[in-house]
Amino acid sequence: MQDFTLESIQMNEATVIDYGVGNLLSVSRALEHCGARVTITSDAAAILTSSRVVLPGVGAFADGMAALKTKGLDAVVHQVAVAGTPLLGICLGMQMLFDESEEFGATAGLGLIPGRVVHIPATTTTGEPHKIPHIGWNELVLPAECNPLQSGLLAEVEPGEAVYFVHSFMAVPASPEFRLADCSYGGIPISAAVQRDNVMGCQFHPEKSGVVGLKILRRFISS
Amino acid sequence: MRNTRLIARLDIKGSNLIKGIHLEGLRVIGQPNEYALRYYEQGADELIYIDCVASLYGRNNLSDIVQNAAQNVFVPMTVGGGIRSIDDATHILRCGADKVAINTAAVETPGLITDIARKFGSQCMVLSIEAKRVGPDRWEAYTDNGREDTGLDVIEWVKRGVALGAGEVLLTSVDQEGTRKGFDISLVRAVTGEVSVPVIASGGMGTPEHMVDVVKTGADAVAMADILHYRRATIADIRDAARNAGLHVRKYTNE
Repeated sequence: MQDFTLESIQMNEATVIDYGVGNLLSVSRALEHCGARVTITSDAAAILTSSRVVLPGVGAFADGMAALKTKGLDAVVHQVAVAGTPLLGICLGMQMLFDESEEFGATAGLGLIPGRVVHIPATTTTGEPHKIPHIGWNELVLPAECNPLQSGLLAEVEPGEAVYFVHSFMAVPASPEFRLADCSYGGIPISAAVQRDNVMGCQFHPEKSGVVGLKILRRFISS
Repeated sequence: MRNTRLIARLDIKGSNLIKGIHLEGLRVIGQPNEYALRYYEQGADELIYIDCVASLYGRNNLSDIVQNAAQNVFVPMTVGGGIRSIDDATHILRCGADKVAINTAAVETPGLITDIARKFGSQCMVLSIEAKRVGPDRWEAYTDNGREDTGLDVIEWVKRGVALGAGEVLLTSVDQEGTRKGFDISLVRAVTGEVSVPVIASGGMGTPEHMVDVVKTGADAVAMADILHYRRATIADIRDAARNAGLHVRKYTNE
């Protein structure tokens, strides 16, 4: 018989921030599949008392930031990060963790991880044009100077395992210490996963990345 | 080098997974979710659901099937058949689909391609084309499972569809579909030579070698049905064949 103590409930609990952008259902179902009790909410009090928080998102950076600000959720996400609560940004949600994006001029981000969000270069490192957005399965690789893959969010992921990407912009962390893993697109290294203490981000969609994505979400739930 | 995507295609009629030949003479295969889960566990890179009779009745029956699949399937899902409006697309995306495939409604109202691409991004808008050969290196686009001729030249139509905002093309050869005789290689060559968006070759895969042939012709992804449904190969077999032929495919290990 399972003992539902407060601790065991907190162990499995995750809150997905609903700010009117993104595929909340897919993320929530994947978290539930990993054993989480998921709350989807835009309520500040509920987010601030959660033991872990997911910031999803698709679409344009400026739209995402504007949607967060309209509901006062930018300040709430800040408080979550400062309080030391595990916070996971996915896709646009990861990009918004950085200082600013060059999408449509310059738009300020949440400033939780130092760095910028820039266009994926339109040509490969050998000068060939390649398709933007970057869509599909791509392998996780270790950046040259990085936080080892074997710690933090990607602890159970092997280098070379593939995850699913859909994006036109990429985050460039100010320091390699924030890079957990890259992927290579046309020879260009793209930040695939980042972490700064309790603040984590995936450029790819773990909820659409099969068993590899689920391993990552399970790790987050146990964080 | 991009990974070639191996996609399981599930054609649906009512509540059943079905399979036909030349998109006709449909046979019931089984329960869609049982097969979807099997292909997901075998390592399919994506799933495609097509409601085969939706256009005939002007409706889409896939909501429940897609909602169920989304509980246990964690790879991208494309859904088509009977999607006629932004509202239809919104609904099926909320059910758990990641992309919509549109054929009949795009032919009737090409502006819908642009509307969907603007609202959800072009990566979400898959133009579905049923191509029937009408001459040497000439194909016409059909709707309603290869029954209704639109009079549109496939090459002209695909170029127009991509210009309107389609982010991907699901290219089904009506002539090859269900025959196990291999893809229509010249069709795939003609289309991939004209557009820069990813092209999914569909129709005719009887052996893993057929997949190798069509990828070397330029297909970015292959949709497979018959070969999987009748268990003549697993996705793992096909992945191995691709790797042995020097193609790049996703590394996949089941838990």
